[in-house]
Amino acid sequence: MTVSEIQVAQSEGTNAEGYHEFSLGEFTFRRDEFFVYIIWPTGNHIMSADAFLRALQRDVAWDFFYGVVNFDGVFGTVNHYGTVDIFAGRYNESYRKAELDYSENVETPQIRETFKAVLADWTNSTFDPFASPHETGAAFGIKNGENLSAVTRRRVAANRMVAVPGDEQIRSDASGFPVNRMFRDVDQSEPVIEVEPGFEGEVAAFSLFAYLSRSDVTWNPSVVSACKDSLFCPTTEEYILPIIHGNDRVEWFLQLSDQITWEVEDRDTGAVRSRVVMKAGDICAMPADIRHQGYSPKRSMLLVWENNSGDIPDLIASGKTPTYPIEF
Amino acid sequence: MGASGNPAAGGGVEQASYTTRFGSLNSFDRGGVELVNDDARHYAFSNVFDVASRSKPWEKVAVGKNMEYVLEVVRAEGISEWRTAAHDEFAVCLDGEVTLDLVKLNSSPLAEGSEGSVAINGEPAGPRMGRVFLKRGHQALLPAGAAYRFTATVTGVLLIQTIAGPDTQFRWAEICQTV
Repeated sequence: MTVSEIQVAQSEGTNAEGYHEFSLGEFTFRRDEFFVYIIWPTGNHIMSADAFLRALQRDVAWDFFYGVVNFDGVFGTVNHYGTVDIFAGRYNESYRKAELDYSENVETPQIRETFKAVLADWTNSTFDPFASPHETGAAFGIKNGENLSAVTRRRVAANRMVAVPGDEQIRSDASGFPVNRMFRDVDQSEPVIEVEPGFEGEVAAFSLFAYLSRSDVTWNPSVVSACKDSLFCPTTEEYILPIIHGNDRVEWFLQLSDQITWEVEDRDTGAVRSRVVMKAGDICAMPADIRHQGYSPKRSMLLVWENNSGDIPDLIASGKTPTYPIEF
Repeated sequence: MGASGNPAAGGGVEQASYTTRFGSLNSFDRGGVELVNDDARHYAFSNVFDVASRSKPWEKVAVGKNMEYVLEVVRAEGISEWRTAAHDEFAVCLDGEVTLDLVKLNSSPLAEGSEGSVAINGEPAGPRMGRVFLKRGHQALLPAGAAYRFTATVTGVLLIQTIAGPDTQFRWAEICQTV
């Protein structure tokens, strides 16, 4: 299925607030000044437009990420890496018991293009879903322009490492990445490198902290180095992770600066399992059967470490690999 | 509004300045797992500065493991041995100041596709590739097939992104929160 073959189902005209209505399978989506309404055959749901767009932005930018992206306790997506489940109530025990849960499996290109269209249509000119609340206007109100440059940012994904010739490059004022207001005290010096002729592509280094201090987005893990399937995906965090991430594999967090508190729940039921407080230098695993949401009171630097192997979800789901990383 | 620091409409104002808190060998504060209904060991929670403060120089202590892949913490003090791997590795300087020397090996002791790094006996044979001076927050490529050696001009901490090898130390019960 090519992008040009994909038909996004949207209303011909707009509603009274100026927004189009969209459908995907049996799900329909509409918004007004404050809220988003999601309707499926066995029920319906309402979310703040602000929260919905912040979650939708991550789901689109991450191409549905690893595992489950819960927009909230009811609605979300599950990535099967080629197809995506779109669900309502599936990871909510009450919805399941009441048999109100519903999910559909769709081809990834179809949901990708649909969600991109919703994001583009429902994001007004003054709102940047990737920004912290202090760095953007409100999501609310009737249709007021668009912010395509914000919602279609290119996701950084280094093949080898940032700063290696031909790979992703460091950020600077000149490239449009000023130091963030909360990281003005971060040293901006780059490593001194002496390279012998012929090894320009092999001797490389950069300041990860300076690079992160210039990130213009929050809660957006992006690859800076790759050791085969081992991916360093650092990110800067401020306020609340706009989704509740349900793991399909173990992932690791290393807190590089400041502090984040993680609320950890059972992935399938939402039952509380723990709270994890991470301070600079702390490292811990997020087991493969939990979901988590982070709270960062000051913009902080977090190293998300992922194993990108496509074999892991099946190994975890089949019980061949435990849901936690180490037996000790 | 972007990075100008203007408050969102109707919101409170921000602080005039912020202090970013990094950890170090000499100053770190540790959080933890507050359990409600789980086992602390499933989180393998530790602190890289705490681990380095209790390590011998250049020991490679795993603080993260995901299948064959590991994150190793190294206390950088003095001069390391020369090491090499058949795949790219990466070093992040989390504290201190460390010089990285690189030599392109004429002949690798490792078979192609082997995983993890190994020590090299004596001086590596091959052309000098270059040198990198790392400070806190700097990340360097340790390229596949190269020999590398660290010299800590200021004692510090390195984080190594690699694959478990013969010298990777696993001390989970010693370094992790267990209850």
